[in-house]
Amino acid sequence: MPRLSAAQRHPVRFRLNGEAVEGIAEPRMLLADFIRHELGRTGTHVGCEHGVCGACTVSIDGTMARSCLTLAAQVEGCEVRTVEGLAPEPGRLSVLQAAFRRHHALQCGFCTAGILMSLDVYLRAHPAPTEPEIREVLSGHLCRCTGYAPIVRAAMDAAAELSLSTRQEDVRYV
Amino acid sequence: MGLTATMTSSARSGPWIGRSPERVEDAALLTGNGRFIDDLGVRPGTLHAAILRSPHAHADILTIDTAAARAAPGVAAVVIGPDVKALTASLVVGVKAPVECWPIAVDRVRYVGEPVAVVVASDRYKAEDALDLIEVRYAPRPSVIDPLAAIAADAPILHDGFPHNVASDRRFRYGDPEAAFAAASHRIAIDIVYPRNSCTPIETYGVVAEYSVSDDAYDILANFQGPFSIHAVISRALKLPGNRVRLRTPPDSGGSFGVKQGVFPYIVLIAAAARIAGRPVKWIEDRLEHLCASSSATNRATTLAAAVDDEGRVLALDWDQVEDCGAHLRAPEPATLYRMHGNLTGAYDIRHMSVRNRVIVTNKTPTGLNRGFGGPQVYFALERLMQRIAVELDIDPLDVIRRNLVPGNAFPYRTASGALLDSGDYAETIELGAREGGLDELKARRAAARAEGRLYGIGYTAVVEPSVSNMGYLSTVLTPAERRRAGPKNGAQATATVSIDPVGAVSVHVASVPQGQGHRTVLAQVIADVFGVAPQDVRVNTEIDTAKDAWSIASGNYSSRFAAAVAGTAKLAADRIAVRLRRIAASHLNVEASEVAFGNGKVFSRDNPDNAMPFARLAALSHWSPGSLPDAAGQTIRETVFWTPEQLAAPDDADRINSSLCHGFIFDICGVEIDRATGEVRIDRYVTAHDCGTILHPGMVDGQIRGGFGQGFGAALLEEFAYGADGSFLTGTFADYLLPTSTELPEPVIVHMQTPSPFTPLGAKGVGEGNCMSTPVCIANAVADALGEKNIVLPLVPARIRALIAGEEPPAPVGGMTAPRAKKPGGRGLEGEGSADVGAPPQAVWDMLLDPATLQAVIPGCHGVEKISDTHFRAEVTLGIGPVKGRYRAEVKLFDLDAPRAVTLSGTADGALGYGAGEGRITLTPRDDGGTTVSYTYDAEIGGKVASIGGRLLDGAARVIIGQFFAALARHAGGGAPAAGAAGGLSGWLRRLFGGAR
Ligand code: FES
Ligand code: FES
Repeated sequence: MPRLSAAQRHPVRFRLNGEAVEGIAEPRMLLADFIRHELGRTGTHVGCEHGVCGACTVSIDGTMARSCLTLAAQVEGCEVRTVEGLAPEPGRLSVLQAAFRRHHALQCGFCTAGILMSLDVYLRAHPAPTEPEIREVLSGHLCRCTGYAPIVRAAMDAAAELSLSTRQEDVRYV
Repeated sequence: MGLTATMTSSARSGPWIGRSPERVEDAALLTGNGRFIDDLGVRPGTLHAAILRSPHAHADILTIDTAAARAAPGVAAVVIGPDVKALTASLVVGVKAPVECWPIAVDRVRYVGEPVAVVVASDRYKAEDALDLIEVRYAPRPSVIDPLAAIAADAPILHDGFPHNVASDRRFRYGDPEAAFAAASHRIAIDIVYPRNSCTPIETYGVVAEYSVSDDAYDILANFQGPFSIHAVISRALKLPGNRVRLRTPPDSGGSFGVKQGVFPYIVLIAAAARIAGRPVKWIEDRLEHLCASSSATNRATTLAAAVDDEGRVLALDWDQVEDCGAHLRAPEPATLYRMHGNLTGAYDIRHMSVRNRVIVTNKTPTGLNRGFGGPQVYFALERLMQRIAVELDIDPLDVIRRNLVPGNAFPYRTASGALLDSGDYAETIELGAREGGLDELKARRAAARAEGRLYGIGYTAVVEPSVSNMGYLSTVLTPAERRRAGPKNGAQATATVSIDPVGAVSVHVASVPQGQGHRTVLAQVIADVFGVAPQDVRVNTEIDTAKDAWSIASGNYSSRFAAAVAGTAKLAADRIAVRLRRIAASHLNVEASEVAFGNGKVFSRDNPDNAMPFARLAALSHWSPGSLPDAAGQTIRETVFWTPEQLAAPDDADRINSSLCHGFIFDICGVEIDRATGEVRIDRYVTAHDCGTILHPGMVDGQIRGGFGQGFGAALLEEFAYGADGSFLTGTFADYLLPTSTELPEPVIVHMQTPSPFTPLGAKGVGEGNCMSTPVCIANAVADALGEKNIVLPLVPARIRALIAGEEPPAPVGGMTAPRAKKPGGRGLEGEGSADVGAPPQAVWDMLLDPATLQAVIPGCHGVEKISDTHFRAEVTLGIGPVKGRYRAEVKLFDLDAPRAVTLSGTADGALGYGAGEGRITLTPRDDGGTTVSYTYDAEIGGKVASIGGRLLDGAARVIIGQFFAALARHAGGGAPAAGAAGGLSGWLRRLFGGAR
């Protein structure tokens, strides 16, 4: 990793939702701020800035991560995915997103992007989850509106649909 | 899957109201295309604000030195109290008293977190950098945290205009309570302490403000939620008429639950900062600011007594409520106390009542709207009392509830204090809830559990859920004479506009400012039913712009008024247009207007549906061919309706007030099992039966119930804004202020009954707040039943339950010298003791401890030690405690020197992140091997940000730092090692806090 100077702004380059992106950041800039305010992808939200609420969750090289506890400079060269990359194409929803809508798994929607990212990462590795496992994954997220039950149902429903679906790849991936 | 929600007309039969179509809001929110306040662009050149806040609960501000901050890179302005005072007027205070209320401290701070300075800079990072450069000197005053302590004779006074810290003291009398108490065979009473908590939306406050010198006007964007009566407070504070204060809301808001009403002081503050800076200014609150200083529900101390007959019938109530509104009485407080005034008899037929209401100020964050608003506090007392009546008279608690209910044939029913309960059949809802919720089975489980010696309890609550507040209820705080002078206040104006464009497309605008409740979806359903079109063809806008939209003081999203008032008003507006459309259609279809029907996108003759024309064509005629319309049909382009229910009258001279228009009914049952060993409360089953009148969208109603239940569950078991005895705020992160997560929050069993309200256009009542009122006390009643306990204090954290089961915990065993002693109760004071072995004789160690050069080398993070005298040192150190790393200036003085055996140190530390003061004693004992055992005890008080967000870590951190000190001392002396155990579980703590998944 190159040595960065605290007093200077440095270029940061990585892939965001499959697309090469670049911006300039002070070494201390948080990844969440960088994605939102430098790159203009505001779907990722910030609810606490101390790693508890999970609203800022993104996928970095296939692993879920808190973008409020990650510096922009740390993702140099990485593959980052955010909520904007979940839908297969503009005007369509992924299986998971559609399940959220069907089950009323969101109200204000402020927590939702982070939850979708965690579930997306988790379901890729665990296509047949149990409800306690889903609840365990969701325990890293705070939602003040829904009481979680519809989120759990949406996740279980999406998992079932994805495991049935031969279209899984073309529905879910960018 | 297409983006358009599945609301197609082909599948429909019957009305859209009462069905659960997918929400029109969701596609944008699910794809990252929501438009929350921090997602919107700002004008080029917009500056960013950061706020310096008080670390003290109560102190005079002696000086504020902003010179270094002003000179910092990127800083455009530094704003302090007197600057704001020069540009604004005091915020309106909710009672008549010679008291001022500013959005930033002027001369004195009265709660931890009160704004002291605002830095405005080119970006937020630079603004926060500059905060660290501001030097404030405070002279701390004694503080008071507890409302009952605040009214004691010798309590410190917050405001001279509130003698004894009492902002208001009113007594009310309805019926003949004295006679009822004298005649009753029992007087049963309960004392309640209801804690402080908040529904903490996941999106924090945000404001973007701009001042135009040429227009002498402010343009403000804020995720404010209403009520828009506050707009008058804002414009008054900004010293401009309301038409020069344009307030807009963003399209999306990340939850509010009442809390975002409390953004208004920051609207004034940021507007003033923008005027001073001469540029637009944006401020997004961070989570610490939100938890410590945004707003909160009130905490309340209540004594409630009932006159009861032998059958458990309540003949009279005697309320004594002491309401804690925090450091300032901000509008609309003391509304929390008066919102329930008409409903103080709950679901019960009680004709006699006396009430004493005191409103108190303490050194805590000022309070404001919060879901349930006054309901949790009232019902906790009332429903705990009903449970106590059952226990003391040995009657089944559910029978006590049943025997006191307002009878089903009594509606509309006028309560003793003036509420008009609109409709319901409470007894029927209870039977339904008990049956469908499986009460018999729960009772069997309780019997089985108890037979095995397990702790199992069942709790009940019956709650009337008021909705659609009367804007006049707050004037009940005034005496009838004061009210006559002030002029009448009442009603609840709702507004809605329906418009049709030149191609016949329908739009709706309401001033309801949703924060996730799906208003747009429901309005599309309601209007689609009127015009016979598909919901997705109706576009709904719920943003508000006070410069352009129809609005009034009752606008906004609070008191669960959407379904009952706003949706109904939208229907009235659409109905007006529909009447005209019928008349126009009649002339085109050659039928009577009464024959005209709407459906499937067409307007047709009811008798002959083939005689039809497309809705869009008919609807557009008013644009294209007004001259061809029948005489007096009127335009069909745009209709705005203002609707206020006549039932919402001003309080009468006997202080009777119909505080709300609608009254839903909730009956809850909760079965809990308590783990004897851990004190953990597990909800076995939670049943909540609702009668909220006509249900417009069942999916959303259940969503509101589940969400409210989650917050009620949190209030019962986890959440409290905790303060130290000195007023330090202790719960500044979501790792300290615990919210329910998916692993502990169960799903309630929801049961519905629908008794339409006769007072609302659609028959709907509010439903969003009920479980915040019913759930905390229902869980408490279940725990009381399980433990056979009277004094139940929320939140029911395991430690509290354990204390109830087994008495206070024994002190932790003193396993070694490094074991910390038990902390002082309630404080974030630190105490500890320990020892270390150093490989040098006592005299050598003694000399090292008194030598600045040695100290500088061995104190962790030390930048320098200055020797002021032989017994006075000054040091600069950087310490990291949990997430907060900062530089502190320490002063240490030595006393009781007993060379080379013992010394007492006393000192203070001060820095941007907090302050501390403490005392310690070090004892040196020679060892057989020629070395020295250094033993120490310490006792310190910590305040400021470090206490708010590092509180859990302080003990561990102190031990680590002291351990490092002695390790370094030992190294310096050449040998030895500190006694083990100091660093203990800190890395575990840090992992838990910052390791990703919680
Ligand atoms: S904002 Fe990152 S976890 Fe809350
Ligand atoms: S939907 Fe509002 S916080 Fe989760």
